Amino acid sequence: MEQFTGKVWVLGDDIDTDIIIPTEYLALKTIEDMKKYGFSPLRPELASMIREGDMIVAGKNFGCGSSREQAPEVIKALGVRCVIAKSFARIFFRNSINNGLLLIEQPDLRDHVEEGEEISVAVNSHITYKGRQYPIASLPENLVEILNAGGLVKAMRARNGLDRRKENGTDGH
Amino acid sequence: MGQTVIEKILSRNTGSLVKPGDIVTVSVDRVMIDDIMMPFIVDKFHEMGFEKVWDPDKVVMIYDHLVPSSQQDDVRHYKVGDRFAKENGLEHVYRSDGICHQLMTEEGYVKPGDVVFGTDSHTTTYGCVGAFSTGIGYTEMAAILGTGTVWIKVPETIKIAIDGRLPDHVMSKDVILRIIGDLGADGATYKALEFCGTTVEQMSISSRMTMANMAIEAGAKCAVFTPDEKTAEYCGTVLGEWERSLSGDGDAVYDKVITYDARGFEPVMACPSQVDKIQPVRLLEGTAIDQVFIGSCTNGRLEDLQAAARVLKGKKVAPFVKLIVTPASRKVYEEACACGAVKTLVEAGAILTHPGCGLCCGRAGGILWDNEKVVATNNRNFLGRMGTSKVEIYLASPEVAAACAVAGKIVLP
Repeated sequence: MEQFTGKVWVLGDDIDTDIIIPTEYLALKTIEDMKKYGFSPLRPELASMIREGDMIVAGKNFGCGSSREQAPEVIKALGVRCVIAKSFARIFFRNSINNGLLLIEQPDLRDHVEEGEEISVAVNSHITYKGRQYPIASLPENLVEILNAGGLVKAMRARNGLDRRKENGTDGH
Repeated sequence: MGQTVIEKILSRNTGSLVKPGDIVTVSVDRVMIDDIMMPFIVDKFHEMGFEKVWDPDKVVMIYDHLVPSSQQDDVRHYKVGDRFAKENGLEHVYRSDGICHQLMTEEGYVKPGDVVFGTDSHTTTYGCVGAFSTGIGYTEMAAILGTGTVWIKVPETIKIAIDGRLPDHVMSKDVILRIIGDLGADGATYKALEFCGTTVEQMSISSRMTMANMAIEAGAKCAVFTPDEKTAEYCGTVLGEWERSLSGDGDAVYDKVITYDARGFEPVMACPSQVDKIQPVRLLEGTAIDQVFIGSCTNGRLEDLQAAARVLKGKKVAPFVKLIVTPASRKVYEEACACGAVKTLVEAGAILTHPGCGLCCGRAGGILWDNEKVVATNNRNFLGRMGTSKVEIYLASPEVAAACAVAGKIVLP
């Protein structure tokens, strides 16, 4: 089972995709160009402070709003290891899985955790914070397959005979 | 056991009796691609190893978010789209004719019972003609372009029954805003909304479109109205036995059923900066405003412009207020010219802009600055949506918006 530890950034409820990446930056050429504007309407300083392996912990309905796939891509490009929220909006959820960004639903952690603290995640099992375990559910099988392939692009490449399909599904993402 | 409308559509599409929670692969009847996602889709399509789209007739490309261009790089999106269309023999390409969701229904690309996907969250709009339709990202769109299929989880359905006659000055926008307020911004996440009752039966397709459009603001996967004779006329089609059966069965199982008496509705606004933060207009009266926007895929249709024109007839927009009106499509623009609505609006002091997404997504044509307040008929009032993050956006119906433009403050029509 995959496990990792990292520092958390704590956000509120209904973090929408206009906050994650505002429309005015959506037509920049690359995600790398966009990423410094991540979360800028809410916390302009945040994008420059997130480090590789950090995690975001948020309230309910994370990623609500538009279908812009730049939102999970920007979060991933900022180095965020995973987003843990009370709940996710559905298009954002699909887009994240398709891009290999791990999302975890957990109803209680957000109300206990302090920004800057460390948490440990055991995927498909639980999160540990200050000695307490917060249980998390397993993802449906078809989503695990996409994550294991490394995202939908790689799954389609395998389908089209461009890459060899991975023999086992333990590579995570 | 009985079925909901969405379960009927997905059962027919997949050739198997589906139930909520099932993960099924659907055959896609039509897709909509907008300009802002174009280069990303094309890159992913090629990266996936596809060479040709699965069925050129089923693909509709619409340039709307970036038309007319407001940043130099916008033009690149048109160029990438044009090249992709040429390589794949795509003929349904609209380069300056209006907003994607308006054109998809207006041009007859969606029929009752269809299964449709688009690269915009407001793709839920097509439920106005009894279709299953929902928004997806550009990677999934690239995969559909290659395969013609996509997986979905069959949603549970929330039935919303509204009966009776709406009070004067209440539009379908007020109805859907109130419903979103009651459900909450995530109250329908992963679920389908099924609208029924005498109130929605009496509504025009345009009014139903406003409601289906905003279903996503409660998190819904899709929203659907039972197709009727109005639908058939609008779509230029004849309803067969199956299409006529697209209402919820009496013994269908719903996640929940919510009923409304139409007489209980009143003009409302979504207050900054959440769509579910609903207040009656009467409690907000007197708030000074700087700008009014009437347009978007939510409320930029002929009946919306006519409603605004009725309020503005013989009156003037307050001198310090800018009223920006954006018809949802070229056809709407032409009809609004022909019926005199455009003349009335211009004489009242409105700024008419070309059909497109423009101000709604904060890219062009009326961007606001810190501490300004705008009353707008579009679908989102998120932080920073129409300018800086200190702009306050109040969402309202076209009739309310027009009344506010004249008064220079929030007022009831």
